[in-house]
Amino acid sequence: MPKKKMYDQGKVFAGLAIFVGLLIFPFLLNLGKAAPAPELKLSDKAKAAKECVESKAYMTAEHMQLLNEWRETVVRNAQRVYVNSSGKKFEMSLSNTCLDCHSEKAEFCDKCHNYAAVTPYCWDCHVDPKETM
Amino acid sequence: MNISYLYSLIAVIVLALFAYVGSKFGGGEALFGIIFPLLAGLTFTVGFIYRIVDWARSPVPFRIPTTCGQQKSLPWIESACIENPTTTAGVVVRMILEVVLFRSLFRNTTCELKEGDKLAYRWEIWLWVGALAFHYAFFTVVVRHLRFFMEPVPVCLQFLETLDGFLQIGLPGLMLSGVVLLAAAVFLFLRRILTPHVRYISLASDYFPLFLIMGIAFSGILMRYFTKVEIVNVKAFTMGLVTLQPHIPDGIGGIFYVHLFLVSVLLVYFPFSKLMHLGGIFMSPTRNLTTDTRAKRHINPWNSPVKIHTYEHYEDEFREKMVDVGLPVDKMLEAQPPEAPEAPETPEAPEAPETPEVPEKPEVPAEPEAPEAPEKKE
Ligand code: HEC
Ligand code: HEC
Ligand code: HEC
Ligand code: HEM
Repeated sequence: MPKKKMYDQGKVFAGLAIFVGLLIFPFLLNLGKAAPAPELKLSDKAKAAKECVESKAYMTAEHMQLLNEWRETVVRNAQRVYVNSSGKKFEMSLSNTCLDCHSEKAEFCDKCHNYAAVTPYCWDCHVDPKETM
Repeated sequence: MNISYLYSLIAVIVLALFAYVGSKFGGGEALFGIIFPLLAGLTFTVGFIYRIVDWARSPVPFRIPTTCGQQKSLPWIESACIENPTTTAGVVVRMILEVVLFRSLFRNTTCELKEGDKLAYRWEIWLWVGALAFHYAFFTVVVRHLRFFMEPVPVCLQFLETLDGFLQIGLPGLMLSGVVLLAAAVFLFLRRILTPHVRYISLASDYFPLFLIMGIAFSGILMRYFTKVEIVNVKAFTMGLVTLQPHIPDGIGGIFYVHLFLVSVLLVYFPFSKLMHLGGIFMSPTRNLTTDTRAKRHINPWNSPVKIHTYEHYEDEFREKMVDVGLPVDKMLEAQPPEAPEAPETPEAPEAPETPEVPEKPEVPAEPEAPEAPEKKE
């Protein structure tokens, strides 16, 4: 094909520059940086307990689902005891169970959530027991 | 019967299965997680630029804006400065409204026969509603996905997420845009299937992108609400991609690769399909040209200079011979042989050939009066 003239070159190139700029923006933003997953700190109490409410893999991926289940059962069915898959009993409570073991919320829950950019609205009402003391 | 949607559906299912099964084999994760997405991103960028430059090389010989308002004319006639823009500012406003609100689609009408033989035109808004919902949902989902590609994540993205999840249904909170995206894509598909005349003109290339996007939205929704992936590992993986230190973490299952592979296919398909309307809208001459054809002379850029020989010129050349054989001529005086013999040719000849050429020069947009100039002078 013979070389043809481009019309409105200035405007077309300006538009393309914006397009390419938007595409490579995340690459430029992170240039030379590394952003590995955060290191989580387990509190002494959790370390002593060794195990979470359920298996670690389940907790990592589905703890929000578990919390939802707990919330439903407590608020709607007035049932406060959870029996996990290995028969162990827990009181279904966000502040008194989860945050009892994971007492350093900022080093555990928050660190992970900041990285994944989730902002659970739970803390509008529920308290971190450590913070209130 | 038009069954091209079946081919498209089968194609998307095969692609999804290919990614699901492929990612399980040794090396498959690197292939579907790193190599394909990076190649797809490259194809998308280069292909997009190629298409735009190709379009920019096509001349637009005439002003062809479509308008639906009074053109600017006499000062006491009210003109529509956005519907029928004569200024660049007007065009910019019109383009923004077109891109952001799909203004021309809003005016969509349909015609049908009523009571057998009465032709009726009706305002058809549902395509506009579906298209607007679809595009805004798609845009919101893509912007929300930026959280995987930035660290730290800007506050405005978290705000968008809060807004999108304001219904606070379930945990993880339901994101409206994801649901609207899937629903709108299904609606647009049903429209093609259920309206007979739209089905008649629909091709496999109309169904394929719809199924592809449905597949992407469906796998995403599956991953977020049902089968679950470890988001933190996904983010570590995507951050590896954008920092150009790619690695494959564990804990992200087959569905993630299906999602990612379908997105890669979408990116590769994009520049070579009707989806290029993303770039095309900005280059459509029916939208981005001013309607100033009455005020300004626009010259076809591919006009080659035409050699013309006007009658005056012709007469100058042959006047003597014409008078000799008794043909009538316009300018008798100079052509009269009995008067001064040196006079006839010199004063007239150099002037006449130049004047008719003025309007022919393509580069110089002449004044509005220019075309009439030759006649007035004589
Ligand atoms: C008995 C103490 C205890 C309680 C109660 C507890 N956890 Fe855990 N949790 C742990 C321990 C110990 C681990 C680390 C498990 C491991 O490494 O195998 C853990 C791990 C986790 C992880 C995974 C972290 C990772 O590295 O991926 C999450 C998420 C989590 N817990 C959330 C919760 C939530 C939500 C609750 C309340 C429903 C809760 N935990 C209640 C002790 C507890
Ligand atoms: C509007 C305020 C409010 C918000 C926001 C809220 N909760 Fe609650 N939640 C309550 C109240 C009130 C109860 C009942 C407390 C009780 O009966 O002990 C409760 C109970 C619970 C319980 C069981 C009892 C306990 O002690 O924890 C769980 C689990 C729970 N909520 C989880 C959540 C989670 C997870 C979120 C965030 C996604 C959340 N809640 C957000 C008000 C709220
Ligand atoms: C391994 C990292 C990790 C840890 C540790 C963790 N979370 Fe999460 N959490 C996440 C991710 C990722 C999501 C979002 C999932 C998604 O977007 O699909 C989430 C979502 C949630 C949600 C739902 C928020 C919403 O609006 O959708 C709640 C509630 C929650 N986490 C509570 C907790 C609590 C309480 C703890 C500490 C005991 C905790 N998480 C620890 C990673 C973590
Ligand atoms: C055209 C681009 C894309 C579209 C339209 C799309 C669409 C979706 C949709 C609709 C969801 C459902 C949840 C939600 O609404 O957020 C989702 C989730 C998800 N997508 Fe995408 N996606 C795209 C690109 C990508 C890319 C490039 C990646 C990663 C490299 C990705 C990774 C994910 C992950 C990990 C989830 C689960 C999110 C969660 O659990 O919170 N997506 N996607």
